[in-house]
Amino acid sequence: MATIDKMEQQLRPAETAMAPYPAKYITLASGEKMVVKQVARENCGIVLETVKPLMTVERDFYDIVASRIYSEVLGHMRYRVKDEYVLLGTVDGEIAGVVNGRLVDDKVGMSYHTMTIKQGLRIGAQLFAAKMEYHFDILGQDEVWIVAESPNGFKRWMIEYELVSRPETWHELGGVPTYVLTRELWEKHKAGKCTGRRPVPEELLAKAENPRLPGKYAQIPGFTR
Amino acid sequence: MRAVGIVGVGHTKFGRFTGSFLDMAASAAKEALDDAGVRPVTGHGIDQVFLASMGAGQVNKISGAASALVDTLNLRPAMAETVENGPASGASAVKLGYMAIASGLCDTVLVVGAEQMRVISGWEATDFVATMSHPEAEYPYGLTLPAFAGMFTRLYMDKYGVTEKDLAIVGVKNHENAMHNPVAHIKLVPNLYAITEDEDANVINPYVAEPLRVYHTCPVSDGAAALVLTALDSGREFNHKPVRIAGVGQATDTHVVAERREPTELFAVKESARRAYEMAGIGPEDIDVAELHDAFQILEIAESEEVGFFPKGTGHLAAREGKTRVDGEKPINTSGGLKAKGHPVGATGVSQVVEIVRQLRGEAGGRQVKGAKTGLTVNFGGFGNNVVSIVLTTRERG
Repeated sequence: MATIDKMEQQLRPAETAMAPYPAKYITLASGEKMVVKQVARENCGIVLETVKPLMTVERDFYDIVASRIYSEVLGHMRYRVKDEYVLLGTVDGEIAGVVNGRLVDDKVGMSYHTMTIKQGLRIGAQLFAAKMEYHFDILGQDEVWIVAESPNGFKRWMIEYELVSRPETWHELGGVPTYVLTRELWEKHKAGKCTGRRPVPEELLAKAENPRLPGKYAQIPGFTR
Repeated sequence: MRAVGIVGVGHTKFGRFTGSFLDMAASAAKEALDDAGVRPVTGHGIDQVFLASMGAGQVNKISGAASALVDTLNLRPAMAETVENGPASGASAVKLGYMAIASGLCDTVLVVGAEQMRVISGWEATDFVATMSHPEAEYPYGLTLPAFAGMFTRLYMDKYGVTEKDLAIVGVKNHENAMHNPVAHIKLVPNLYAITEDEDANVINPYVAEPLRVYHTCPVSDGAAALVLTALDSGREFNHKPVRIAGVGQATDTHVVAERREPTELFAVKESARRAYEMAGIGPEDIDVAELHDAFQILEIAESEEVGFFPKGTGHLAAREGKTRVDGEKPINTSGGLKAKGHPVGATGVSQVVEIVRQLRGEAGGRQVKGAKTGLTVNFGGFGNNVVSIVLTTRERG
């Protein structure tokens, strides 16, 4: 047993102490309140179940994004990714979207993915902004490396945030050329992109702490669980 | 001239169409032919096909699209023409269909409007639509339709006291209507407080072209709509009693918007509606339901004034008071309008007529205007430089 533990310890990446993301809530255009909250490593199983149905949806690269999120979050749960985090957006306790990323070092962050389940309410845009808020305003980083698998992602992040192209840096998601959100760009766009309030009222927080799997997926007509 | 009526309607679900442009156009056309129950005396019974599209050539790389459609539908040797008149292409095609029958050249005509815009990015779509602005005085300087609408809205606000909340009131009303329309693009009702007054409103409802925000503007949509027009004296039988095209009016204005005498007036809307009313022998007080071209919510307000529903400068007050709701005194955009039903540009004018036909047939379900007998459509091309208005009715010819 001791040998196995020692082996396991050697397989795990060294961990950096990361300040937790403080939960917040945002009023959506529908009037619903979305709570954005970090998911503890041991509770990430529900994230795997959330993205699993999308792993075969070819449209808009949902299959690639869902499969990669599954892999990344599984790696996080089993201590095979260094310094990863997962944020969930929930509406009335139901999972509406998920974002994740990790630290490259104490000054550089790496954005992994943004997945919207409940569409039409700019939830993905809000969760991406929350992810950047985490890197810059909570963790105090200087820049975040970003790539996009889909044209939608490219429009939302590369164009709207005016990201800096840095092709000499290869993002670990397939080694594609990296785009960078610098602190200067974040400060320029934050007011127009990032919103939300703290603290989250207890009633909302209680529902967010026990998230439910999505009941339907806009990407999968007629979905039943 | 011979009287002309509509006996068949078809409509794809607006939003994103994953098949080809021709599949989409043919789908709406087939639905319209089936709805009409075209029973040909000889051949297929369609003399002419008009296909309206602004971007079939530019966006989808299909020129001569009507020829492809007529063959796809196996309607040879029907005459076929593609009609391009910017976002007013659809109503222009209806007008040409009307003329073809009224003149005696044809007995039965198929009119289709189709646009597949979501194959390109939103920025490319905005640029494509902007190509209808003046090629020397406007387009090269980066003017887009949202930019025109933003400036127009600001002038309207300054002159008449329209507020951002007024625009949102119109938008929310149209989203509510779209919830009852199975072919609408957007099935979501924004919360008025959330998008106007909540602390998060500036971010969840950001500016597109100040003072216009996301919930003041239409989406980019794919979609097709179709109509079967026939001569009322043809003696042919169809599934439905015809909805008569009682009036057609069209007017143009200066192509360069800056050259207009009064920038808050939409002369071509006013004049095209006047001509349509005159031909129909009615006035705005006779209209029970209207589909107005609300690519931007300020346009529904301004057009409701120009067509004579409300005095100039008071359209926003009428919207505030609920007069333009389905159960109001002058229901506007019961389909959800361009705002929520969607705006596949070349299809819009045909789609507006489909909605009025459904209203006049009493088939509009949860968005039905009780007792509607006469309706108006306004299809707005350019930034108001080419407008087509159509009056439809189930009343007997006076």
